[in-house]
Formats: sequence, structure tokens, C-alpha cells
Amino acid sequence: MLTVEALAKRLGGRDLFRDLAFTLARGEVLGLAGPSGAGKTTLLSILAGLDSDYEGTVRWDGSPRLGMVFQSPRLLPWRTALQNVALAVAGDTAKASAALQKVGLADAGAVYPARLSLGMARRVALARALAIEPDVLLLDEAFVSLDPRSADQARGVVLEAVKARGMAVLTVSHDRPDLERMAGRIVELDR
Amino acid sequence: MKHAFSAAPVLVILLVWQAAAMIVATPELPSPAAVLAVLWSEAAHGPLLADLGATLARVGICFSLAMIAGSAIGIGMASSPQFGRWFDPWVQLLLTLPAMAVAILCYIWLGMGETAAILAVTLSKLPNVVVILREGARSRDRDLAEMARLFRFSRKSLFFDLMLPELAPYFLAATRSGLSLVWKIVLLVELLGRSSGIGFRLHVYFQLLDIARILAYALSFMLVIQLIEISLLAWLDRRAAHWKR
Repeated sequence: MLTVEALAKRLGGRDLFRDLAFTLARGEVLGLAGPSGAGKTTLLSILAGLDSDYEGTVRWDGSPRLGMVFQSPRLLPWRTALQNVALAVAGDTAKASAALQKVGLADAGAVYPARLSLGMARRVALARALAIEPDVLLLDEAFVSLDPRSADQARGVVLEAVKARGMAVLTVSHDRPDLERMAGRIVELDR
Repeated sequence: MKHAFSAAPVLVILLVWQAAAMIVATPELPSPAAVLAVLWSEAAHGPLLADLGATLARVGICFSLAMIAGSAIGIGMASSPQFGRWFDPWVQLLLTLPAMAVAILCYIWLGMGETAAILAVTLSKLPNVVVILREGARSRDRDLAEMARLFRFSRKSLFFDLMLPELAPYFLAATRSGLSLVWKIVLLVELLGRSSGIGFRLHVYFQLLDIARILAYALSFMLVIQLIEISLLAWLDRRAAHWKR
């Protein structure tokens, strides 16, 4: 589904990473572990097509639909939780509502992001990413600042989509045990 | 209580004005009561309402044209460096050109008509909107733009759900500063070359040295602008910030 070969990124005159190579198969959950500043977020931006300034090869099979949970939730502050999710699915509020329900936020649809805790905002961001039924889900420290119960619930929702639809997941974190709870395989991203 | 506090300065001004009028006792400083009486009589039997309507129509047209064109140019300048470089000297030129000079030049080049008046006011307000919206568009959140790109927001959503709310504080700032600027310039162009409107009427009563009418016409327009400020702009302010904590 995804092949990355000899990937290198320079930032501010230094190599953020180089000679990075890995593959991601359909239905696989791949973890990428690395300390802060190792380029995890930059790597996801490259894979998501948001950063084209790199060397090496990023090859997707076909044009898979990508969903992403960013490190910060990136919700529109002037739209409610439900509206934020619905915007990703062309205004389909039924689909958005179902996605919110799955992440345990059925009652928070009418709430604006400023009134959500960081953990809740992250779950809304996860609902948004899952609502589009992506072929590949990119998770950037998605479960940080969630309480253990909510984090387990969120992981469960992601794994359910992996099982049901063969969705592939690439999850990055500085917290290796966090990755081990979900990923079948972990690649180290050294500084 | 809040209304009492905001009404207090107005009452003080009226009292000072009334006291000064009583002390100097001259037709050159009519009392507030005398001015209000003239205002009422001009509204009921004189041309005040027609002139007010003409001026408000010009304010509305010039303000809308300047906001639409200025927003488009400002956002365009922030989005495209080439566009920005091309427009920047024009913006600088218009920013430094006095409104009076713009009005005179428009009247000379286009004749003493409505088109020249509208163009003069619009051109005087335009650079102000351009600069405010350009700065707003430059400070837009790149993270949100990336998110919208990844989730394939439609063009309609990019405009109505992302750009408009993000730039709302800048639109409001341009509206607020623009309204006060536009109506002053409209009075100027009316004074210079129109035969209707508050500016034209002020010019007539200035030649007749009719101070009570000058104050009555000026006051009527100030009241209307205050009404717009209190009702429409305050409502827009609340609307734009309803999502904040």
C-alpha cells in the first residue's frame, strides 16, 4: 500500500532523517517511535502530501484516501464538534454524529472546541479522521493527553476499523509503550 | 446601569453646551434645545430626510464597493507575492494621497457627477481595507489550511467555514474604521460637487452662516452613524465571537 525508500529531509541545514525505508501493508498497524525532534511529524506531513520538499521515494499504491489526527487537534474553533466532523464528510451530519458516538462524545456535538478539554478535542479529531472512512490513517501522538480509559477506547475504535475495512494505520509517538499497545510492528526513527 | 454609564458623557456634553450657550448668548452658539427644535422642523418640513437618505445611499454604495474590492485585493496580495508586488505601489500611493485631492481629481477628470463622487470616496477608503485584510490574510493559520486540504474541504467550505470566520475580526476592524472614514469623505465630496446630501446642505448653511442648521444636519448624521454602530456593529461583534469561551 505504501513504500518509502531512501527518504531524507533536511531542515535548517541539518538532516532531520535520511535513508529512511519502510513499507505499510493493507490492514497493518505500523508504529514509528522516536524522540522529540526526530522528524516524526514532518514524516507524516510528507506522507500526507502536505510537504513536498524531500529527497527519496514515497510511493502509494493507487490514490488511497488518507485520514489524519494531527498532534494538535486542528479543529475550527468557530464550528461545533459535530460541524467540525461533518465538514470532512461534505456536511453529512448523520455520519459525523455516528463517528462522535464511536469515540464516546455523543453528547458533545453542539460544543465549541474552546469548551472542550484537550483530550476531548483529540477525540473529536479522531472522529473526523475516521468519519471519512480512510484507507490509511496517520496518527501523530494521537493518544497523548487522553486518560487511560479514553485512550483504550480510542485505540479500540481504530482497531475496529482496521479489522472491519482493512484500513492501514501509521502511528507515531515518542512513547514506545503507547505504540506497543496497538502496533504490530515498530520502526525506530533515530535522531 | 451599563446604559446609565454610557449615557453619562452625552449628558455632560449637553450640559456644558447648554451652559456655554447661555453664558455667551449669541446666535453663533445656539443651545442644544434650539438645535433639536431646528432638527425636528427640518425633518418634518425641510429637506433633512431626503438629504440624509442621499448621503446614506452614497455611504452604503462606497463602503460596499471599497469593502468588496479592498478585501479581494488584500487577500490576493497576501496569497500571491507577484500580485502583492504589483499592487503595493498603488496601495502606497492611495494611502498617501489626501481624500480632498482624490475628490478634486475625480471631479475634474470625470465631471461633476455621481460616478466621480462614488469613485473618489471608494478610492479613498480602498487602501485602508486592502492593508487590514492583507495583514489578516497573512496571519492566517497554516495548520488549519493544511487540515482543510487533507480533508478535501469543498471550495464553498474553504470560503464560508474557513476563510470568512478566520478573517472576521479583520472584516470587522475594516468595517468599523471604514464606516467612520467613508461618511466623512462622503460629506467632503458632497460639499465639493453634489447638489444633495448632508455635505451639500452644510455647505449651503455655511454660506448663510446658519449655525443652528449646520449643527442640526451634522447632529442628525452623527445620530444615524451612532445607531448603526450600536445596533449593527455590536451585533456583528457578538456574532463573530459567539464561539469564544
